[in-house]
Amino acid sequence: MTTSTVTARTPAKASTTATAPDPDRLRRRRRLAQWGFVAPAVVFMLLFFGYPLVRNVVMSFQHYTPKTFFTGEAPFNGTDNWSNVFQDALFGKALWHTLVFTAGSLLGQFCIGLALAVFFSRRFPLNGVLRSLILLPWLVPMVVSGIVWRRILDQDTGVLNSFLDTLGIGGHTPWLTSPEMALVSVILVNIWIGIPFNMVILYGGLQEIPKELHEAAALDGASAWRTFRSVTLPVLKPVVTVVLVLGFMSTVKILDLILALTDGGPADATQTLGTLTYQNSFVQLDFGAGAVVGNVLILISAVFAVFYLRANRTEGK
Amino acid sequence: MSKRFTSLALTAHPPAATHRGRGRSRRAVAPFAAASVLVAGAALTGCGQQRDADVYTVMNSSTDESYHRWDAEAMARCGERLGVTIEQQSVPASQVMTKALRMASSKSLPDVVQFDASEMPTFADAGGLVDLRTLGLSTEDIPEGIVDFGSYQGTYYGAARSVNTLALFYNKDVLDRAGVEVPTTWAQLRESAEKLTQGRRYGLALSAGGAEDGVFQFMPFMWSNGGDETDLDGPRVVEALDYWKGLLKDGSLSKSTVNWTQADVNDQFMAGNAAMMINGPWQVETLNSDKSLHWGIAPIPVPETGDDSVGPLGGAVLTVPNTGDEAREKTAGKIVACLSSEQEQLTYALNSWMVPANAKAAAVWRERVPELDSLADQVAVARSRTAKLGAGWSSVSLALQSAFQSALTGQSSETALKRAQQRATSGN
Repeated sequence: MTTSTVTARTPAKASTTATAPDPDRLRRRRRLAQWGFVAPAVVFMLLFFGYPLVRNVVMSFQHYTPKTFFTGEAPFNGTDNWSNVFQDALFGKALWHTLVFTAGSLLGQFCIGLALAVFFSRRFPLNGVLRSLILLPWLVPMVVSGIVWRRILDQDTGVLNSFLDTLGIGGHTPWLTSPEMALVSVILVNIWIGIPFNMVILYGGLQEIPKELHEAAALDGASAWRTFRSVTLPVLKPVVTVVLVLGFMSTVKILDLILALTDGGPADATQTLGTLTYQNSFVQLDFGAGAVVGNVLILISAVFAVFYLRANRTEGK
Repeated sequence: MSKRFTSLALTAHPPAATHRGRGRSRRAVAPFAAASVLVAGAALTGCGQQRDADVYTVMNSSTDESYHRWDAEAMARCGERLGVTIEQQSVPASQVMTKALRMASSKSLPDVVQFDASEMPTFADAGGLVDLRTLGLSTEDIPEGIVDFGSYQGTYYGAARSVNTLALFYNKDVLDRAGVEVPTTWAQLRESAEKLTQGRRYGLALSAGGAEDGVFQFMPFMWSNGGDETDLDGPRVVEALDYWKGLLKDGSLSKSTVNWTQADVNDQFMAGNAAMMINGPWQVETLNSDKSLHWGIAPIPVPETGDDSVGPLGGAVLTVPNTGDEAREKTAGKIVACLSSEQEQLTYALNSWMVPANAKAAAVWRERVPELDSLADQVAVARSRTAKLGAGWSSVSLALQSAFQSALTGQSSETALKRAQQRATSGN
């Protein structure tokens, strides 16, 4: 960026000595042109990201009901929506479930994804075929995998329990039907869905690591584990941040998977902020309350986005 | 869905274009048609109010192929009678309300919307519907309960074509082999369900899922026992929930019941995993696809002999949204009148296995489908979910879902319902 502006300025200076018009005017025109190129992107962002965001924040302070769609009137009601949502016991529950769900999913997806990525970075027969097979969960729409898994996890007629039964272990696990177990099951399904994404990105990262580094470590007599810890992981760090932050963003707002698997139940055991927003806005049609929960989600995501940008900036320097 | 809609729009346009474009050269028609398709596309995205004078739109949730076809045929017949073209736009049932609201804010509402009767009050409450009586619709021959079903605060907004309620479906072969009579009381149901539970087969299947399906299924137990939706922690409701808990404790119900929708329950019944089930007539078409399955239908058992079996009244109502265009609303009223006329009701009810709303049509229907006779009896005494609470139903429903799920997974019915009542009142 800086180099390009330097080279761009030098001919401008040269031309000022030749024809000697107003240098300020030229610079202004150039700046205008620069803004001209940026403007479409700015307008786009303001229109499609800024406006909905501001609208959502404003809506969370309004009494926004089905009537509003006809009259266009949504009276401001101060912090009523906020205090209503925060006083609702379900909100605390949903927040906690969201944290557990996100942390559990990320941990599982990342560890298994990394293990598979390391495994596939060796050469062996059928490597490509197996790798593309593992990509399958990524191709299946979320709702479809939710519905299929609901059948697999059915306590009595599910494939998983009858399989475990033949092995003689836990043939009657109440995967989705006990409040204690449901959240764990939902996390497990989400891990299954998230593995391909983690594996692909981490696999790409591993390919970027120069072979010389590993050779040098081997010459120094480092064990495989030591090489992984002291060479592979540190070099992979920027990729890891990308995977984790993107994974976080898509996990924290999860909705479709949970709706398809448990509908938030049993007994609200799998309600997350995502399902709560949905329930408030589209079942109870209390759009103000829905907006509050949505804003909380945005806030959480924004905090992580800042971390992500900061981490990337220090990498750049 | 949008694909189907546009293809309908395309078939609907040529006659309309030639009709008005008489004398116009053919070359002019092609760009006109192309332009109107573009406009239709723009209207679909919700940014314009472009209405064709002779084309009326009906939005419903008939996304199943068979229902979509039956509706399309009915609309074609009515369109011909009224001299207009009627287009059908089907969206998933859960999206009818939000889609209609969005269309209201962009002033592009369809001419007729078919709402689920439990959702209609919310839209009526927002001022979105036109009184059907002012559009000249009569409620003659419609039983009072069904007029109430389509009314909100005394105004008749929704004309029902057919209504439904829940019933007890049973597998004749299984009951015969076990020598079990069809149960009529709670005690009998509990006893026979226990007897019929064998191996992988449960005696009874019902849906206690965390959505409206589950609430719908709890209603016959709650209401037949004298419980009331305004008093969720009342002893009658607690007793009904305890009855469900008892069935689960006996092992007559699968634990997965809390995770099942009504469609799942039907699958379990058809697969032979349940000897009896609580379900509605909309499953009949699927049930009949298996010729080896011999099923029967009976009223849902009541607490004591002589009690009324009070089920929830289900079904959709045709409404005319308030678009401000009186001439169009008038024609929309005629469309609703035609679609809900005696003859059309009968055709629809015979197709869909639901009970016609019109008393005369219902009488004919009983003769034609004697096997569903008990359903017609139940519909006559069934209760509307929103009669008492109107637009407040959704928060009670959500609280109740959470309560019976908590109770079925371990909590005491009393504690669960107490919390539900608190939640329902604070949510309003």
